[in-house]
Amino acid sequence: MRKVYFDHVATNPLLPEVLDSMMPYFKEEFGNPLSVYDLGLRARDAIENARSEVASLINVKPSTIVFTSSGAEANNFALKGIALAKQNEGKHLIVSRVEHHSVLNTARSLEKMGFVVTWLPVDKYGLVDPDAIKKALTKETVLISVTHASSEIGTIEPIKEIVNIAKEKKVIVHSDGVATCGNIPVDIQDLGVDLYSMAAHQFYGPKGAGALYIREGLRIVPLIYGGIQESGRRAGTENVPAIVGMGKAASLAKRDLNQRIEHNKKLRDKIIEGVLKIPNVYLTGHPERRLPHHASFVVEFIEGEAMLLLLSMKGIYAASGSACSSRALKSSPVLLSMGISSALAQGSIVFSVGISNTSEDVDYLLNEFPLVINKLREMSPFAKGWGDATKGDKCYTGG
Amino acid sequence: MKFVQGIKADVTADIVYMMCPMHLLKLDDLIKQIETGQVLEILTDYDGALEDIPAWCEKTGNEFLGIEETEDYYKFYIKKTSS
Repeated sequence: MRKVYFDHVATNPLLPEVLDSMMPYFKEEFGNPLSVYDLGLRARDAIENARSEVASLINVKPSTIVFTSSGAEANNFALKGIALAKQNEGKHLIVSRVEHHSVLNTARSLEKMGFVVTWLPVDKYGLVDPDAIKKALTKETVLISVTHASSEIGTIEPIKEIVNIAKEKKVIVHSDGVATCGNIPVDIQDLGVDLYSMAAHQFYGPKGAGALYIREGLRIVPLIYGGIQESGRRAGTENVPAIVGMGKAASLAKRDLNQRIEHNKKLRDKIIEGVLKIPNVYLTGHPERRLPHHASFVVEFIEGEAMLLLLSMKGIYAASGSACSSRALKSSPVLLSMGISSALAQGSIVFSVGISNTSEDVDYLLNEFPLVINKLREMSPFAKGWGDATKGDKCYTGG
Repeated sequence: MKFVQGIKADVTADIVYMMCPMHLLKLDDLIKQIETGQVLEILTDYDGALEDIPAWCEKTGNEFLGIEETEDYYKFYIKKTSS
């Protein structure tokens, strides 16, 4: 059976060059980067080299990059670290409603610690309105956190405009760049954010490596206390192979970015065009301002998990909402915040393409997906009177 | 402890919230980069530095000028007197 992986926002396979770069650090180059002898020094050099590669990908100085275990840790570090460092100046944070759980839940935990969070609404495309930020700002505001792009809906947020508003009031801006770093061009000098989270496995690097960009001179309270790794900002013996892999993946992403975007966009557009021919299926997220590898939909009358199951039986791997929401069988808070009804949000499905996908993979999906929808709608008590998805019959006829 | 005010530093290192022993590593690193007679300012919130930095100065032959307290952290002043 054909296998088609359309879940690149969940994770990506390692590129062979990335794995090759990591292998010595699992074997003979096993030294602790803090050790003073040559074995340790070589491990330290490898980390510093990776730091330079990651910094170069987003156009910042290497000293502003702190390696973490994941994008989630980077998000936790950014929110908690700044909230705690700035609590004497104010205890108000502004966070969008389309954030990943690692931002949403961190902000909720800060609420329990006595911070006040304003939850920013979004429009029907999932876009944050910069004017809403202007209105939400108070004298107590110390941090704004808005994702660069949501992995659920693919919408790319107007971060630059948000930064311009924040700078007037000298408020720090964090952006979760896990979905964007390595997938679209990111120039921090242009974007202007103070903190930016990244995850290696989103750009063909390994799991277990993430990073947080912290603007030079910004004070931040550590999340993990211990030794002096990462210039005393994040303790714990470094995951050297994963960090080396992240560095390699970053250098390849920088080299191949335009080519990847062009490839992915063609496939993404073909998916969107084909899937929208199926009646009562709607695109979620912004039609233009979206990630180049991301196509997300809601399918009426049926449920995302069931679609995933039947698709996987055809060898097609996709996602329904975020990986976290999907496992919890819960309506996605991101979709609900866009005004999508709870019932419709249940029919969420995300196809995200990658560099190894082909046009034939999309043909296969476009052939199988209507059959899957038909099968499920036949069983659905909500879809009575429903037409044939494979023939592009128009809409629900009531009944 | 010797408290001072308004000392003009030639080089400043802001290591507020960075973990121990970053204050000693930074000191060691920066003292090599400044000229004899110049003053180094270290900003840190680490209480242990109150003991460590004067002791380090004595051990390395540099002059500990004193500290200035702010609400959140300390400012340590060290004059390079070693060669």
